[in-house]
Amino acid sequence: MSSTKQGTTITMPKLGESVTEGTLGAWLKQVGDTVEKYEPLVEVVTDKVTAEIPAPISGTIVAIVGDEGATIPVGGTICVIDEGGEAATTDPSAPTQTAVDTEPAVATLTERIPPDQLAPSVSAMSSGDLTHARANRDEREMLRIRSSPIVRRLAEEHEIDLSTIGGAGLGGRVTKADILAEIERRRQQPAAYAAPPVAPLPPLVQPPVAPPVPFAAPQFAAPQVELWPGDEVVDASIMRRQIAEHMVRSVQTAPHVTVWMEVDMTNVVAVRNRHKEEFARREGFGLTYFPFLVRVVTNALREHPNVNAVWDNGRIIRRKAVNIGVAVALEEGLIVPVIANADEKNVVGIARAVHDLAERARTNRLSADEVHGGTFTLNNPGTLGSLFSTPIIVQPQSAILSMEAIVKRVVVVDDAIAIRPMMNLSLSIDHRLLDGLAATRFLATVKRGLETYPTDASIY
Amino acid sequence: MASNGSGGAATVSRDVVGDLSHDDLRRLYETMVLARQLDERMWLLNRSGRAPFVISVQGHEAAQVGMGFALDPSKDWLFPYYRDLALVLHFGHTPRDAMLSLLSRAAEPNSGGRQMPGHYGSREHHFYTVSSPVGSQIAQAPGFALAAKMRGEDTVVVTSIGEGGTSQGDFHEGLNWASIHKLGVIFFVQNNHYAISVPMDMEMAVKTVAERAAAYGMPGVRVDGADAVEVYLAAREAVARARRGDGPTLFEAVMNRMTPHSSDDDDRFYRSREEVQSYKQRDPLVITRQRLLDLGALDDAHEAEILARVKAAVNDATDYAEQAPLPDPSEAFKHVYAEEGRTV
Amino acid sequence: MATKLLIEAIREGLHQEMAHDERVMVLGEDVGQRGGVFRVTDGLLAEFGHMRVIDAPLAESSIIGVAIGAAANGMLPVAEIQFLDFIHPAMNQIMNEAAKTRYRSGGDFECPIVIRAPYGGGIHGALYHSQSLEALFTHIPGLKVVAPVDPYDAKGLLSTAIHDPDPVLFLEHKRAYRAVRADVPDERYTVPLGKARIVREGSDMTIISYGWYLQEVVQAVDRYTQEQQATIEVIDLRSLRPLDTTTILESVMKTGKVIIVHEANKFGGLGGEIAATIAEEAFGYLDGPIVRVASPEVPAMPYSPPLEKAYLITADDIRLAIDRLAAY
Repeated sequence: MSSTKQGTTITMPKLGESVTEGTLGAWLKQVGDTVEKYEPLVEVVTDKVTAEIPAPISGTIVAIVGDEGATIPVGGTICVIDEGGEAATTDPSAPTQTAVDTEPAVATLTERIPPDQLAPSVSAMSSGDLTHARANRDEREMLRIRSSPIVRRLAEEHEIDLSTIGGAGLGGRVTKADILAEIERRRQQPAAYAAPPVAPLPPLVQPPVAPPVPFAAPQFAAPQVELWPGDEVVDASIMRRQIAEHMVRSVQTAPHVTVWMEVDMTNVVAVRNRHKEEFARREGFGLTYFPFLVRVVTNALREHPNVNAVWDNGRIIRRKAVNIGVAVALEEGLIVPVIANADEKNVVGIARAVHDLAERARTNRLSADEVHGGTFTLNNPGTLGSLFSTPIIVQPQSAILSMEAIVKRVVVVDDAIAIRPMMNLSLSIDHRLLDGLAATRFLATVKRGLETYPTDASIY
Repeated sequence: MASNGSGGAATVSRDVVGDLSHDDLRRLYETMVLARQLDERMWLLNRSGRAPFVISVQGHEAAQVGMGFALDPSKDWLFPYYRDLALVLHFGHTPRDAMLSLLSRAAEPNSGGRQMPGHYGSREHHFYTVSSPVGSQIAQAPGFALAAKMRGEDTVVVTSIGEGGTSQGDFHEGLNWASIHKLGVIFFVQNNHYAISVPMDMEMAVKTVAERAAAYGMPGVRVDGADAVEVYLAAREAVARARRGDGPTLFEAVMNRMTPHSSDDDDRFYRSREEVQSYKQRDPLVITRQRLLDLGALDDAHEAEILARVKAAVNDATDYAEQAPLPDPSEAFKHVYAEEGRTV
Repeated sequence: MATKLLIEAIREGLHQEMAHDERVMVLGEDVGQRGGVFRVTDGLLAEFGHMRVIDAPLAESSIIGVAIGAAANGMLPVAEIQFLDFIHPAMNQIMNEAAKTRYRSGGDFECPIVIRAPYGGGIHGALYHSQSLEALFTHIPGLKVVAPVDPYDAKGLLSTAIHDPDPVLFLEHKRAYRAVRADVPDERYTVPLGKARIVREGSDMTIISYGWYLQEVVQAVDRYTQEQQATIEVIDLRSLRPLDTTTILESVMKTGKVIIVHEANKFGGLGGEIAATIAEEAFGYLDGPIVRVASPEVPAMPYSPPLEKAYLITADDIRLAIDRLAAY
């Protein structure tokens, strides 16, 4: 339908899926007749049935295009109706294309795949190709045939060449038990094997349910809790279960010790106050004390490499990268996204990274990569008022630091009473690799870094 | 003209109009006209490629509205079938509802766009959700009436079916239950002589459906389905019977199906154009209109008013539905089960 | 609390639910005067009267149809199909009507019915008193299906099923009625749908089962763990739809080897669905192929003792599958 200066053009509608044209039957209205919306205008004959085309608008017929017997293509003009005195604009009450017409054309599967892409995959599969492929299978393929998914995965994770170990399974297959035994053997005698360069673990394709790390951990049977009337039984979410599992594993693996120190945050407060308005204006979110702590901690980690390390059954792996995990509290639990190479960033860079990760953590938009590969974790229960805490280490790391609330307290400075903003730091360490001495030294470095933070420092 | 089914059917007189005033009779007629014109508009939209499917009430209006006026929509319930447009209009389905359903819009009240048109359902307006397998409602209606009886309520349940559906096992099973337990169910058979293309003499060996009532020990009634007043008077008796606890009735109304079974059917395969033309003589709108004129309940002024009102309603409904949005794709996945943890 | 047979637990559950809520009603062939051909509904007619305990005509389709209609008018019907083998005439009412009521009405109507049916064989019931058809029903979204065999589970799941707003098929293994006993509390309690139960804990293999064959599995597993150094985890599904995939996957991820045992025929049985789910979601944890032990591809359980025996699965058959998978 379109507008001309005479009136609105009425066109041949599409009466069926495969219909491209219609043959006009008897005209039910003549030039000069008035017609009301929905009144039949003309019959259209198809091979199935004689249909009637209803007028889409009310008005006077000013022109008829096509006599009885004429064949008009879909979309072709059949008549013109003058709506009477109104400007030739599109009639807002005119029926728009209805559901039938506005259905997006859903191509069938074969229609979507271009024909030239369909054919080759079929024609290439001649029997000659198959035998050739079979003959070309190499040693690696044979091993793959012999080993199951769990075995292949463990082999990759621990960089074990399957062809070097025997298999007690069917047909010489390396079973899960076989490879776990091998892993244990290598742990007992680390010197017998060349320590391969420690590459970051490739992220696994995560199944929807959280994978426990496959190691010979003691099986603990969760006690069956007796139900009493009125009890509400809620199924824990996947995240909750994952957290539960991780926490148990962490405390069972690493003997935890927590050390606290208090820090005078006067300088940091001053620096932050100096910069906070401009920061908020430029970045669109607030500048907290947290990025300053991260900055100081990354420097301290370089001075205390054993804190940026992890215990691996008699080996201490000191990480080159400084990847800071930032614990983000969610309604349903917590998640620890990682700022990779945090030591390369200035305070603004850290602030931006924290803000972005926290935002995306809360809206569930983190990728699997972003929660892996941390070397040290920072936690911030102080924003909720905490004064002391005993955080649990995020595996596989060897320490975690909690930043507690900053509270104005009365303290003694140079034998006089002063009021200072004081903050506790809670550091939990893995006592297999770190002792109290190492912990207090590290904390002292952080404390010094914060207390002597240059008040004229730039945040860039 | 009413006839006796074996088992003591009602005799109906032409001069009594039961509990209906002239005003009621005009409302009855208006509902029939509304059903007809909505239906014609649906065919128009279908034939012009704008609505994929129509299943029609034309020829059934008098029987349905006559039955409807014998009931109390505030307490009675329907277990209808796909052809019951006029009946559900009487029970509160609106012209807009009908068009929203035709065009499967998001706001269509029967199913949110999940079902084809004609699959009525409304808890608010007392008609149970319709499915496509023919006859399943006949075995369900007695259950509804049974629950009412258990609570001492005098709810009447009317369940509709064509004469073809009476061949289904569920028809037999439903009548059996209702008669054993004396339940307040009216089995409303709308006999239009065709089950799609299969004529009545290939559907059953008996000449009427009503005579089957004897086999269940319930009254069988057969009425002229083209005269709404006849239907109303006979239905009124069946309703009274049900309400006082005297059990079910097999109620057969005889009429013609003036259109093919649905917009997917081509009735040129199985009946002549002359036969279809002849139905115009027995058009329920014509017959009922004449009846109302004879009773002095209708005149030209009333009729003009009714036609104008109906036309406006049909146009409003069409425009409204055509502008209304389609359902969001996410709706395809909702209402499979109740919300997690919900109990009844 | 007392030790009760499966049939006693179900009967007690029905009595208590009917006493607790007057909307609950029972209908089916022989359920009233005779108390049910297995005596599950014994005593209900005397206690609750003939309006709430109805001896239905011999017509399965309308037993379900009437239940659906009554549920639409405020009742909570518990319909009985005398043997699951006779449920076929009611398929239309169950699959096309009950299962789709909520969806087709956009949530305006619901169908809170329970359909109880004894199923399973090994009691010389032959072709038409021994069938296990749960796979047909678990295939239909909108239906729920449970098959508890432990008396504690059965009473609790029955209570949950009755108050579930969706239609629930409640399968009772007839061989277990008078052969399985457990401690069952005297008062009302619920067991949630969609949760499996771990019957034996283990770390070298998982066996998933339900119904009568759970007994055979436990027997085979207990003998195995006595003789071997290995341990096997046994899961009683209890609930077939919804299925407790979390418990299944957690176990398989722990053990890496899994066998599924069920009495229904193998082809198209629920074992296939479970196996596919495990393969899709825990593939990286598998240390061997997923094995199914199920009834042979024969239309139903035959009558003559040697024929029936050939069809049945025993603890020895299960042990054979365990040994083979363990050696893989």
